[in-house]
Formats: sequence, C-alpha cells, structure tokens
Amino acid sequence: MQLTVWTYEGPPHVGAMRIATAMEGIHYVLHAPQGDTYADLLFTMIERRNKRPPVTYTTFEARDLGTDTAEIFKNAAREAYERFQPQAMLVGASCTAELIQDDPGGLAKALALPIPVVPLELPSYQRKENWGASETFYHLVRALAGPHAPAPGTERPQRDAGRRPRCNLLGPTALGFRHRDDVAEITRLLDRLGIDVAVTAPLGATPADIARLGEADFNVVLYPEIAQTAAGWLTRTFRQPATKTVPIGFGATIDFIKEVAEIAGVDPTAVLAGAPSRLPWYSRSVDSTYLTGKRVFIFGDATHVVAAARIADKELGFKVVGLGTYSREFARDVRAAAESYGVEALITDDYLEVEEKVAELHPELVLGTQMERHIAKRLRVPCAVISAPVHVQDFPARYSPQMGFEGANVIFDTFVHPLMMGLEEHLLGMFRGDFEFHDEVQPSHLGHGAAPAQDQTQIKETEIEKAEIASVAQAVTWAAEAEQELRKIPFFVRGKARRNTERFAEERGLATITVETLYDAKAHFGR
Amino acid sequence: MNPAGVARVTTGCSEAPILRERGQREVFCGLTGIIWLHRKIQDAFFLIVGSRTCAHLMQSAAGVMIFAEPRFATAVIEERDLAGMADANEELDRVVTQLLARRPEIKLLFLVGSCPSEVIKLDLSRAADRLNEKFASTTRILNYSGSGIETTFTQGEDACLAALVPQMPEASAQAPASLLVVGSLADVVEDQFRRLFDDLGVGPVGFLPPRSSTELPEVGPNTRFLMAQPYLADTRRILESRGAKALQAPFPFGAEGTTAWLKAAADCFGVDESRFTAVTALGRERAKRALSHYQEQLAGKSIFFFPDSQLEIPLARFLSRELSMRIAEIGTPYLHRQNLAAELDLLPEGAVLSEGQDVDRQLDRARAARPDLTVCGLGLANPLEAEGLTTKWAIELVFTPIQGYEQAGDLAELFARPLNRAARLEV
Repeated sequence: MQLTVWTYEGPPHVGAMRIATAMEGIHYVLHAPQGDTYADLLFTMIERRNKRPPVTYTTFEARDLGTDTAEIFKNAAREAYERFQPQAMLVGASCTAELIQDDPGGLAKALALPIPVVPLELPSYQRKENWGASETFYHLVRALAGPHAPAPGTERPQRDAGRRPRCNLLGPTALGFRHRDDVAEITRLLDRLGIDVAVTAPLGATPADIARLGEADFNVVLYPEIAQTAAGWLTRTFRQPATKTVPIGFGATIDFIKEVAEIAGVDPTAVLAGAPSRLPWYSRSVDSTYLTGKRVFIFGDATHVVAAARIADKELGFKVVGLGTYSREFARDVRAAAESYGVEALITDDYLEVEEKVAELHPELVLGTQMERHIAKRLRVPCAVISAPVHVQDFPARYSPQMGFEGANVIFDTFVHPLMMGLEEHLLGMFRGDFEFHDEVQPSHLGHGAAPAQDQTQIKETEIEKAEIASVAQAVTWAAEAEQELRKIPFFVRGKARRNTERFAEERGLATITVETLYDAKAHFGR
Repeated sequence: MNPAGVARVTTGCSEAPILRERGQREVFCGLTGIIWLHRKIQDAFFLIVGSRTCAHLMQSAAGVMIFAEPRFATAVIEERDLAGMADANEELDRVVTQLLARRPEIKLLFLVGSCPSEVIKLDLSRAADRLNEKFASTTRILNYSGSGIETTFTQGEDACLAALVPQMPEASAQAPASLLVVGSLADVVEDQFRRLFDDLGVGPVGFLPPRSSTELPEVGPNTRFLMAQPYLADTRRILESRGAKALQAPFPFGAEGTTAWLKAAADCFGVDESRFTAVTALGRERAKRALSHYQEQLAGKSIFFFPDSQLEIPLARFLSRELSMRIAEIGTPYLHRQNLAAELDLLPEGAVLSEGQDVDRQLDRARAARPDLTVCGLGLANPLEAEGLTTKWAIELVFTPIQGYEQAGDLAELFARPLNRAARLEV
C-alpha cells in the first residue's frame, strides 16, 4: 500500500475515457461500481464540455455482487449500442470490476454487435492514466486502421507530386493540458510549411478517421505519453515516419520545423525568416536581465518537463536546479535531460517527495502541475503551471497554446509573471522595513495586498518554524547578529543563502556563524 | 431496468406509489462525505483504504478547495497487496503508523472502506481493533465503509456517524431528558439552533457529529433525538438500539420546516405554546420576509430533481409549499419512509417520486418535461445547460448553510440564482 495525499495521475480507465471523450462516434462501456461516474465531472467541469462523456457505466452495487454482474454488463453494452449507435465501442473494467473478473471483452464479443468492439485490458493496480490513454489509443488504432494495412514488406508508394504532403497529428486528448490550442497552432504552422493535416487524433476524430490514418505521409507525435506507442505501430505497419521533437519552446519549434521539413521534403526558409516569435527579443531586452540565474525547479509529465527545462535554461537564462517527472514510462528521457543541466532527475509519483525536494532546493520559481502550486504556496515560492494535472483555470477561454511560436510567447509571459518585477526586487533589497511593500507579501503586481489571510499566516509561520528547526538541527549555530543580517537578504533567496552559509561553516568546522561567516560564504559561492 | 410506470402522489400521502428504477446511476459514492466531515470533526483524520480511483475521486471532488495538508488521505492498494505478496494487514499497519507519526495531533482516525477493499474483503473493523491496541494512548481508530457499492454520497456521513454512536458515553436511565441533534450542520447553523433551544428551555442539547472527537455527547434511554439531515437511516437505527428515541418531524428547511422541527422538540420537552410562539416568532417572521424576495421569481416555476443526496424530498416540500414552485419529478437515491414520514405528508398533490435511477431514461423524462429548473449533479449540469435547460447543481446544497430560519432566504436564493442568471445573460 502507498500512502497518498495527492495523485498525479488517475487510474488507467480515466485515460481510456480521455480517448473516448476526445473522439466522435465512439462509446465506452465501463464495468464500474456506483460512484465511479465522478470521472464525468473532469470533462464537464474542468474542461467545461457541453456534452456528457460517451461513457456508460454499469454502476453495480453490493446487492448485485451476489447475482450476475456479467449480465448487468451485457445489458449495459446492448442498451448503450441501441441508444447511442456508435461506430465503434470500447469495453473495459475499472479497478473494482477488475477484481470481480467478468471479462468485459469476452462478454461484449458474445453480444455480436455489428460494429468494431475494442476490449481494453488496463491493470488498475499497476498502471495509471497516461498509460491507459496510450494503450487505449494504440488498441483503437490497431483495431480500426489494422484492416487497411498493406502486406508486410510493401514499400510506401511515392507521394503524388501534385499533392501537398500530409500528416496526422497524434496525441491530443480530452483533458489534455492546452491540447485544444496546441492543435490549432501546429496545424497553422504546418499549413504555412505547405503541409496538410490528414487526421488529428484522438481529439475530434471519428472511428472512420482512425481507419484512414495510414493514408498520410507521416505522423506528428505531439504528446509522446499518449501517442508514441500508436505512432510506433503506424511506422512499422504503414512505414510512416514519425516526428521526435515536441515543438514546445522557441528552439524546439525551430528544430521541429526543420525535422518536419526534412521528412516532408519542403523548404522551411520562409517560415523561419523574420521574427516568428517575440520570446527571443523579450528575453534579450534589458528588462529581462534580472531573470539571469533565477533558480528554477521543474516537475510534471516528461514531455512538458523536458521542454520547460530547455526554455528555462537556453531561452530565459534561468538556472535549472531540479527536474523531475511522474511519467515513469519516460524516466530515461528526463534523466538524460537532467544530466545535461547537471542535476539528478527526481522520478516519483509521491507528492510528499516532490515537496521535500522543493523545500531542500529553495528554488526561486517552481514550474509544475496543480500539485506544485500547493507546494509552492505552502513554501511561498512563485509558481507557474506547465503540465497536467491541472485545474479549471488552466482550461482557459483565451487562445493559450504551449506549442509553436505563439506558444513560446504564452510561455514567456507565464514563466515570468509570478516573479517579483525587477524594480520591486531592487527596492526590497535596499529598503527592508516598509510597512506595505515588504518581502513577506506577494509581489505587488499580483495585487494580493499587504495583509495575508489569517490561515495563510498560520501556514507560513509553521513553515518558517520548520525551516528554522531543520537548520538548527545541524551542528552550526547562528549568532544573533548574523541571524539579523540574514533577514536582510530578500526572502526568495534567503533560504539558499542560509543553506550555503551553513554548508560553508560546516565545511570549515565553524561552530558559530557570525556576520563575517555570512559574507565569507557569500564571497565564496557568489550569487 | 424496468420501463417507466410513472406513479403519482395524489394527496400528499405517504402511501403513494413510487417509481423505482435500476440502471446507470450518476451519483457520488460515500467517500465524498469526507470532504465536509473532515472539516466538521477537527481532530479526526480519514484514511481511505482503496485504489487510485478513490484517491483521484477525492482530489477531483475536493478540487481547488484542497489545502496544503488535508486531514484525509488514501492508502492505495497495490498489485502486491492483491497478489498476497504483502500481507495487506501488515501493510495497513505500516501506513497507519507512518501517518500518525506525521500527524501526531490526530485523536480519531477513521479507516474508510472502499469498493476494492470491500470486494477483497479486507476486514477493516478487525484492523481498527488491532490498531486501537497499538495506539490506545493517543488515537482512537474506527472504521466505516464509504464504498460506492454500499453508499451513495451523503450515506457516507450516515456510515461515519453510525460508527461514532457506539463510542458515545452511556447516559444512565436516571439522567434527565436530553436532546440530541443528529447530522452535520454548518457551525453557524448549529449555533443558531443552540440559542433557540436555550431560549425554549429545551436541553441539555448535544450535537452529532461534535466539532471535536473528545466532545461526543452522551446517549441513553432518556435521550430524544431530532434528525437534522434526512440521510441518516443507520445512525438512527443504532441510536435507537442504545435506547434513544427519535422525534418525528420534517427537516428544518424554510420557515415552516424549521418551525415544525423545533416544535417537535418543544412538545417533547413540554414547552408551552406561548413560549414557543414567543421564541420562534422573530425568526419565523424574518424567514418569511427573506423568502418573499424570491416569491415572484420562483412561484409557478417547475423543478425536476435528479437523485443525489436524499435532501430532494424535503427541499421539494419547501420549494412547493413556501415558494409555490411546481414539482415535475423528485428523484432520490434512497427513500426511507420512516425518516421522511412527516415530509411525505406535506408533499403536494401530483408530485412524481422516483427512487434509484436509470440516468438515460430519467434524462429522457427531464427533456420531455422541460422543467424551468433542474437540480442535478455536475456530470449532468453543463450538458443540460447546453441543451437549454437551466440547472442548479445539487452538491452545493450539501456544502452551504441552508437549515434554519436565518438561512431560509439563502436557500431560496440558491434556486433563484440560476434562473436570475439565465434571464440576465444576453450572450
């Protein structure tokens, strides 16, 4: 058993729901106990969809367990077919139904429905949401596109020279972080390159669309967590190349354009010319100088984490001090990225471990998920959201892609916004006793005023206490005037200064930290 | 899944037949009760023993209101617990020990059963006994089930309170008569009721659940209890088995419901008519005045309740009698005739009652009825709005202070607001 306060991912059947809900003309019959319909809320509330997810739950109860739950499943599947008339059906079990072993796949087959029925085996006690989505998409693609596969060994026919190259966009789902706008941005970008999008899937696709995936010249894998498995199968079966670069960030978008242009045989020069994104200039303008070396901690799914780290390091001039993911399936990629920034990757789905890491590293900015928002709030570190899981505010009404050139613009604003504005940061460093603008309140451009709410104050005090205890636990003690001097260092770098000074003192066997030690350490480590 | 043979209540009579349906139920499981219970009982912690789905439900349902350190968590069952590679009981003990080390201030720990733990028959009551020995000096450990297969939404509170009742101190047979108010109420509502009972001279009054696990009221043969919530069937039964006697009353919604509810206690404690009138007159008058603001907007409007919390029948009674709304259908997940006897008598003629659910058929009925207002869960609300039906999401009724005189206007406003908004918007 694992003690869990938060979970970064839902169970795998929620991943399957994300595929079904993204698509049109498909229905998912889910063997699940009463209550599991809570998952509908994710789509109707968080993503604000205006339709019920195409999911029928058997919602069995305790009194049904003595009788024939298999019969309940068959009835539900039959009635769902009659009522919704889907073109294809997914059938599967949730965690509780997995325990009673009714075999939804076999039962649905016995119904002999006149449509393709794709059985899903999603081990709930082993795997999670993204894996469930990936597996569902893969099986759906195999089941629907498989019948159109050429004989093994057949060469891909040459593209008709009179036709623009076309690709599929693979990976966007329901409940995906900014999937809606990423698709729009990348579709536009590809169009400017002279490339058409044949099918976007699963988002907005029908089973008939899935059946013709093999017709495109190549595949663009937008979200490897969802689509890499399916894309691999398409490459093997239809000899369609698949892109490897995820176009999040300015540099990644350039690389993506070059990769796609190469695959499609088009000239990218016109698209790359000029100033396709504002990020480079904004980041080079002198206003951004104070961003240099800001210490940032990054956590989320593998794709967004790797992309954010590159942006932070190469495009904004931050210093990546920590990097991690909950996507175990992609741990290797994240480890490699972490190594290139000289840090060790944190691969975990334990929220408490992430919290501990953030507390230990004292970053000045956290880029993470909804959960890191809570961690950052507790530790009073600025934070921006870069990855699912996210809450309703991260399904915005406005156009907010993460991908492509406009995505880079959005990201610049998003990453910089929570940080203290440059002038305010300077003034705080100079004048410390201001009753209104002091360093224990939110930056004033965030408008939260000087008086934090009562309960926040309590959290803050206990956190500071904890930090004090943690540092006192070491062999070194702080002289009173050194402690005072430490408080003159702005809040967002104070933790780091404290730690550096203590390390400095420990390494030199000093029992007491004086004002001199503090400044010695400062001179030793630099900022 | 029987076809809809719709029955009608003719004379506000408790004998009326009820449409009973089985099929897909679009409801929460009992685990969601934790979201308000952990705030009510401040020294209690709720540890769900379940799957990732349970943990996911809790964080989705609690949503943005979750705070850095909630007083609930999930012990997620893993493959090795199922394969018998790890003794599930030893694992549970380890997790509880880890948890109590992290939160030493916790005085009461609930091990909350879920569908997976019930299906694999993990005996949480024995686990609670075992852990009680280990943590006897610091933390009391109880268990109940909030699983979807056994409980629907607010029934989770019923199961929790039913687990608390055996822990209540025994009041002797010689003890003077006391009143117990049963069911979670917002603190502000609890305080108002306490003042009213004081003014009436009714008491001593205890509340279940209490704000702290160390303040459990006594119970015995001279305890009379008033149900503040309609969904507490098991709690009622267990209280009765300890000798306490239930007072029959409608639930304290609106001026009428609150008056009748207080009257049941006043009559039992021999409060004379003039004192009752004197004490309640002001509140009653204020409630009526507050309700009058919404009369015009709500009168004559039809309302359709999807099943959710078991509050549906008392709320429909309030809306029809005090605000003249028309009832299209009242769906309830369970209908306990004994608990609702006084309510059923007050229901208007012609109200369609349904118990249980086949959500697709019920949606068909709602679409056919085209009610002015549909009370339903968040899984249905936006889709119905998109079809042009105005909705009131039901869960809010469980999270808002709505009982008593002072909240009568607020309660009406909850139903008036979506209609007001629909009328206001020009987009």
